[in-house]
Amino acid sequence: MLAYLVKRVFQAIAVMFAISLVSFAIQDNLGDPLRELVGQSVSEEVRQELRDELGLNDSFVVQYLRFAGNALQGDLGTSYFFKEPALDVILKKLPATLELVLGATVIIIGLSVPLGVYTAIKPNTILSRLIMGVSIVGISVPVFLTAILMIFLFSVELRMFPSYGRGDVVHLFGYWSTNFLTWDGWLHILLPSVALASIMLPLFVRLIRAEMMETLQSEYVKYARAKGIRPRRIYFVHALKNTLLPVITVGGVQIGTMVAYTILTETVFQWPGMGFMFLEAVNRVDTPLIVAYLIVVGFIFVVTNTIVDLIYGLVNPTVNLARMGA
Amino acid sequence: MSLLSVRDLTVKFAMRDNTVTALNQISFDLGKGERLGIVGESGAGKSITGFSLMNLISKPGFIDNGKILFEGQDIVQMSDADLRTIRGNRMAMIFQDPMVTLNPVLTIGQQMVETLQAHRDLTRQDAEKIAVMKLREVYIPSPEDRLNQYPHELSGGMRQRIIIAIALLLDPQLIIADEPTTALDVTIQADIMELLLELCQSNNVGLILITHDLGVVSQMTERTLVMYAGRIIEAGRTREIINDPQHPYTQGLINALPQQTLPGHRLKQIPGNMPSLANVPPGCPFSPRCDYAVDLCRTTLPKIVSYGQVEVACHEVERLHADDAAQEQSA
Ligand SMILES: Nc1ncnc2c1ncn2[C@@H]1O[C@H](COP(=O)(O)OP(=O)(O)O)[C@@H](O)[C@H]1O
Ligand SMILES: [Mg+2]
Repeated sequence: MLAYLVKRVFQAIAVMFAISLVSFAIQDNLGDPLRELVGQSVSEEVRQELRDELGLNDSFVVQYLRFAGNALQGDLGTSYFFKEPALDVILKKLPATLELVLGATVIIIGLSVPLGVYTAIKPNTILSRLIMGVSIVGISVPVFLTAILMIFLFSVELRMFPSYGRGDVVHLFGYWSTNFLTWDGWLHILLPSVALASIMLPLFVRLIRAEMMETLQSEYVKYARAKGIRPRRIYFVHALKNTLLPVITVGGVQIGTMVAYTILTETVFQWPGMGFMFLEAVNRVDTPLIVAYLIVVGFIFVVTNTIVDLIYGLVNPTVNLARMGA
Repeated sequence: MSLLSVRDLTVKFAMRDNTVTALNQISFDLGKGERLGIVGESGAGKSITGFSLMNLISKPGFIDNGKILFEGQDIVQMSDADLRTIRGNRMAMIFQDPMVTLNPVLTIGQQMVETLQAHRDLTRQDAEKIAVMKLREVYIPSPEDRLNQYPHELSGGMRQRIIIAIALLLDPQLIIADEPTTALDVTIQADIMELLLELCQSNNVGLILITHDLGVVSQMTERTLVMYAGRIIEAGRTREIINDPQHPYTQGLINALPQQTLPGHRLKQIPGNMPSLANVPPGCPFSPRCDYAVDLCRTTLPKIVSYGQVEVACHEVERLHADDAAQEQSA
């Protein structure tokens, strides 16, 4: 178990190293930090001096090492726009984004498992065909279109849900702000969560259906029938558990990816999270903030993948975590 | 009354553009505690026969015609709920490959307890007691510990023993074993067969043993069916069939046995292959591979008829027998 964890941590470090390198290269090539700092009116000599002072004339390696050293101490530079440490700016937006991803994940799991199982068990019913048909359409509709249609229907026409912002949030532990403790918060998070979920949901339904159908063909399912086990137990104990194992691995990666998809959803719903902020930062060429965003999202991605792998190892009896490190 | 009585069982597969017949009017009987072997090359329809007896043919296959009377009830006409009360309870099955038969994510204990609880009103504790007892009967060491293990923690031979124990859990009348040792290491095949034989004899359980190995059949069973291309072509007491095979196909199978081959010589395989179901030749399906085939064999399907001690489906059985006798006399 320990060996496995150590191995995973090393992998995570390697990935983070790659991300930091890319981020740094972006910082190095995007905009001129001097212009952001001093504007146009300063003479070329003063500029050169400033460059030397800021270390901008050092070699790439030296500059990267300085960047990485600062990053390790939590210093990702200062946002040009907010005049605050970039990491602080992002961490303030983090709860909004993570809650949105959480909401979408709950919706995806809650719907894809029953829908996937149903369409696998009863592939020929009208309902199954309908679900599969809708899922094909769902895969091909871009998320901003779904989001705008939802706003038009549920906010503008039916006036059931608010169309932008987080509404009333409650602050926990002095840091985390949550939507889930007020009714207004729930109303606000529903539409964006559904919109974000709609990207992955069709994929998950089809994935679970395919895995389940394959599992139902297996020898052990046939054997369970030969033992006189009831269909309900065969579907939900014998087949579903084996179906979900591969889904966990694929699904975990997708949920990590979803953090990146929040950019579009948050922008349409003006959701005050990291994604919305990222787009603004790009518009303002706020390089430190862009870089900080990339690093934080990369970090979240690495952490979710590690957690998913651990969960997989725990629920799959044929994986021995103790031996996996070897 | 016999335990099992199969009449004119016909199984078909609905393929994309035609329907093929996998089993063609199979009929046989099995008495209580009797052991029957079903032999034939791969693709003869042995497994399909085994699964039909439990009405477990899955799409695109279906039972087209026939009766399967088990303890007086027709399996073919039974509802799913009634079938469940028979499967695993009165009639149990041992699958071919123990590496894929048990569910990888459930413990041995869970898979044994669920079987008992599917048929009897038992608490988990009581079910586990029975499970341990049965594991002991198949010589599993420290059976209590096995209940908490997952299949992948056990060897293939151990798993097949457990599957035999599961088959015996509810004291069935009939066990269908479909090539139960083919997937196992050669060194333990004989042990597993011996165990199966011992348990069937001591519990007076009927056995249908599916195999392509006539040697195994001769050790394990009292009667034998020889199948070819979805038909029974010879049936009778195992001793008669081994010692005095009537059908040229059965003779070919026996000549191909390793015991019949001198050391250093090649096995005497029957030349050619069994026809695929989509293009079974007219007449006797074995005729293209048969040394004795005459014109009649290529046009007319031989009926299965009594001949001496056995039943056989061959036009030329008399001539063949005369030849044999002549050969023996001249030798
Ligand atoms: N699912 C299936 N679809 C179509 N044909 C099948 C299927 N399963 C078996 N068959 C056909 O039935 C025949 C008999 O199969 P089987 O009973 O498994 O043979 P064996 O004697 O080797 O056990 C095979 O020739 C095969 O072509
Ligand atoms: Mg077979």
